[in-house]
Amino acid sequence: MLHNQSLDRVFHALSDTTRRAIVERLVSGPATVSELSAPFAMTLSAIGQHIQLLEGCGLVHSAKVGRTRQVELAPDALARAESWFSSHRARWERRLSRLADVLAEDDAQETKRKAKK
Amino acid sequence: MTPPVIHKSFCIEHTYPTGAERVFRALSDPEKKRRWFAEGEGFVVDSYTLDFRVGGFERTRFRFGDGPAMATDGVYLDIVKDRRVVFAYSMTLGGEPMSSSLGTMELVPAANGTLLRFTEHTAFVDGNDGSEARREGSLGLLEALAAELRAHP
Repeated sequence: MLHNQSLDRVFHALSDTTRRAIVERLVSGPATVSELSAPFAMTLSAIGQHIQLLEGCGLVHSAKVGRTRQVELAPDALARAESWFSSHRARWERRLSRLADVLAEDDAQETKRKAKK
Repeated sequence: MTPPVIHKSFCIEHTYPTGAERVFRALSDPEKKRRWFAEGEGFVVDSYTLDFRVGGFERTRFRFGDGPAMATDGVYLDIVKDRRVVFAYSMTLGGEPMSSSLGTMELVPAANGTLLRFTEHTAFVDGNDGSEARREGSLGLLEALAAELRAHP
């Protein structure tokens, strides 16, 4: 799991039952703001604020389609980041192991040179 | 919408059975550094240059097999011989920015040689193309998060 501010924001966003319900609804496909607000005893503007918060941490996108606002889940910025970070770290681990090989090879060459003298 | 920049740090330590002076040489000598930094199994190095001094650049152009062109471009910010090196670098994949990082290498004398401590602070800036595979990955992650939060509200 990512340990960073972005993930803190995602957790904060999903710590609210309304926002969690919105995200769960969006898992099955895009919806308009009024569709999203239907199950809740809330004003459209209150739902709009929840959507804004979800959008702010990158979980959802929204775009105006005609007179309504369409909301959908954002592609997986977090999952992609996580897999990139693991491979990036692994790359550096391999590099530092190769450095050990380079140092050992140079050692062997020096020993050879000394033996020739 | 531009996805948020994601920040992360990591630290790797490795002890080499030799003096700091020799480890430092492997960090600063372009021929030696190329061997452990740029080359690696499966990687094709198209070019590598290192100008090891404060303000000097290090550039790598490489590919993993037939994959898209990858590049790292870095600049050295701080160098203390046999002690530490601080640099900033960015990575691109197929010309698209992936990350920008601050890297620090510290050399610490140890009983059995020299400890190299590599610390990196990374800003991951990759965009995304909204492809189906990524979308599915995203849904899986969101479902896992939602399940976790239901279990531990």
